[in-house]
Amino acid sequence: MTAEALLAWARGPGMQIALAVFFLGITVRIVEMLLIGRAPDLAAPRKSGVAAGWRTVFHRSLPTPGMLKRSPLVFVGGYIFHLGFLIVLVLSVPHIELFHGVWGIRWPGLPRSLIDLAAILSIGAMVALLVHRLVDPVRRFLSRSGDYFAWTVTFLPLITGYFATHHMLLPYTQMLAVHILSIELLLIVLPFTKLIHTFTLFLSRWYNGAIAGRKGVAS
Amino acid sequence: MTSLENGINAFVEQIDTPIASFFNSCVHCGMCADACLFYTETGDPKYTPIHKLEPMRRVWKRNFTFWGKLAAMLGLSKPVTDAELEEWEPLIYDSCTLCGRCSMVCPVGNDITYMIRKAREGMVAAGHAPDGLKGATVRAVEIGSPMGVTWKTVQAQIKHAEQDTGLTIPVDVENAEYMVLMSSMEVVNFPEYMGAIARIFDQAGVSWTLCSDAIEATNSGIQIGSSDIAAQLVQRIVDGAEKLKVKTVISPECGHAYTAIRWEGANLIGRPYSFKVLHILEVLDELREQGRLQTEGMETAKLTFHDPCQLVRRGGVVEEPRRLLNMVASNFVEMPDAGVWNWCCGGGGGVSANERADELRLKVFSRKKAQLDAVGVETLVTACSNCRIMLEDGAEANNMDLQIVGMAETIAAHLPTKTSTTATEESSS
Ligand code: SF4
Ligand code: SF4
Repeated sequence: MTAEALLAWARGPGMQIALAVFFLGITVRIVEMLLIGRAPDLAAPRKSGVAAGWRTVFHRSLPTPGMLKRSPLVFVGGYIFHLGFLIVLVLSVPHIELFHGVWGIRWPGLPRSLIDLAAILSIGAMVALLVHRLVDPVRRFLSRSGDYFAWTVTFLPLITGYFATHHMLLPYTQMLAVHILSIELLLIVLPFTKLIHTFTLFLSRWYNGAIAGRKGVAS
Repeated sequence: MTSLENGINAFVEQIDTPIASFFNSCVHCGMCADACLFYTETGDPKYTPIHKLEPMRRVWKRNFTFWGKLAAMLGLSKPVTDAELEEWEPLIYDSCTLCGRCSMVCPVGNDITYMIRKAREGMVAAGHAPDGLKGATVRAVEIGSPMGVTWKTVQAQIKHAEQDTGLTIPVDVENAEYMVLMSSMEVVNFPEYMGAIARIFDQAGVSWTLCSDAIEATNSGIQIGSSDIAAQLVQRIVDGAEKLKVKTVISPECGHAYTAIRWEGANLIGRPYSFKVLHILEVLDELREQGRLQTEGMETAKLTFHDPCQLVRRGGVVEEPRRLLNMVASNFVEMPDAGVWNWCCGGGGGVSANERADELRLKVFSRKKAQLDAVGVETLVTACSNCRIMLEDGAEANNMDLQIVGMAETIAAHLPTKTSTTATEESSS
């Protein structure tokens, strides 16, 4: 297969398969979770849990007092990685073009140099987090193959995207094909790995906040 | 059915949408470890809160997820074994006080404490609960108190309190506003509580009663994780309150009792209550606000307040003790992390009833000691008799010179003597 053919497949059928698995997978995983159900709380509430639920959805993104000091690397590394990833994903011009092709809407992108910076910071943070996972006793103890796998499939789109834009390692067309394939791999495995937290964390935070909120407890 | 099957079934029954969402969301970031005193004080990663739930996670995965079910069908995954549950028993019972700190830090929002509470249902059904807690639960069911305190002992206590205060302790009075519950620890170790309540209520002109059928507020069923037993213990209180037709039931100076009767009780018996439940601190603070709680004089000794986890993090009682203390203490200082971030005494969640955990509990007391050393106080006030015993134990083990007292008696010591008689006249007229 030529690089062009591979790229065409990745852009066409490959992407379609990946998106289908992604959406179907997410739906199945969320529905199988919601179907379990939950008993209603019969205790007389102090307050409604709804407001606290929503508040916690957002508020849990901020570090809690004292914790920033206890696990600075996880906090700082986590922020940089997530924000960098998000910036590259939605604010790089080629990505915006792609979204425009699908949805027909466009938004302003960031200059290439800033996208590069976000990518490098994100890559650096991921490497630091990986090293921390390998050397810190708690993280090493908790980590299983799934954690390293999730790291790898998240890292690949970042690094291949960077290589592609900088014409490194492989000819552009080949690297672009690899980049798109790595995104497809990420999409396909996301629903079935811990990467599903991208979606479930909102539900988890909401439950945490709502359970606490009914009792008038901070969350 | 083997006890292992019972245990697995109980896990399955406990798993709900929030738990599935929590397991799905965990990214193994390890931040919950830094919130848990069993990890911070030992440095042992096995005390990481989410790790305590590993057996439950595997049951969830096998029974509630697409891949887990598929793998189980194809024989690709191993079910949880009895040996594993045995290995996890100390993690779930000895090294978790259900203090709720981990639930407040997890970045994806997992309420880990909620999960551990529920995981205990599976553990006890599988026969893997600590002997100390089993004994306490049996006594709670058979005698009516985890410490084996009988109504006779309470009666002796009532007599003492009546002699000390010169007041009548009302028993089984119908239509009283408040029904006062106690914890066995108060009956046995801190008899001053009953007298303090009698004097405060007398001064404030409050109608109250004890109930001879329902005195014990603590609930070993919840601590061990047996909902059936927990429901039975709650039912006694509900029956007592409904028989006496009281408006409000008062949870004593105890954190877990409050969680049990205030937040879990209605869910355990499967219907809402016909009465209100308040913690004694909430009642005292209400009286203060209404101007019915008058005090005179101030404690001048430097003192601080230990927030019981179940009040501050699981119960929602945070400012009340502060307002009350400021009424009677001129040198009230806060420990670092006081309030919603306070650290556990080390003996909540049934740990204090589990002798096997004693050594670990005293080891992790170093966290509390550090907090106390930072403020250097002479007096430590708390609002939970279990915390109080644990604090006394920890202070003794560490040769700390500290007076540890309860909130009600601290307030009662500052009741004005004169108004007391007027209030009695008013209330009896
Ligand atoms: S803090 Fe939350 S996400 Fe992190 S390891 Fe603990 S439970 Fe998992
Ligand atoms: S509830 Fe408290 S003691 Fe239990 S695991 Fe969480 S932080 Fe540790």
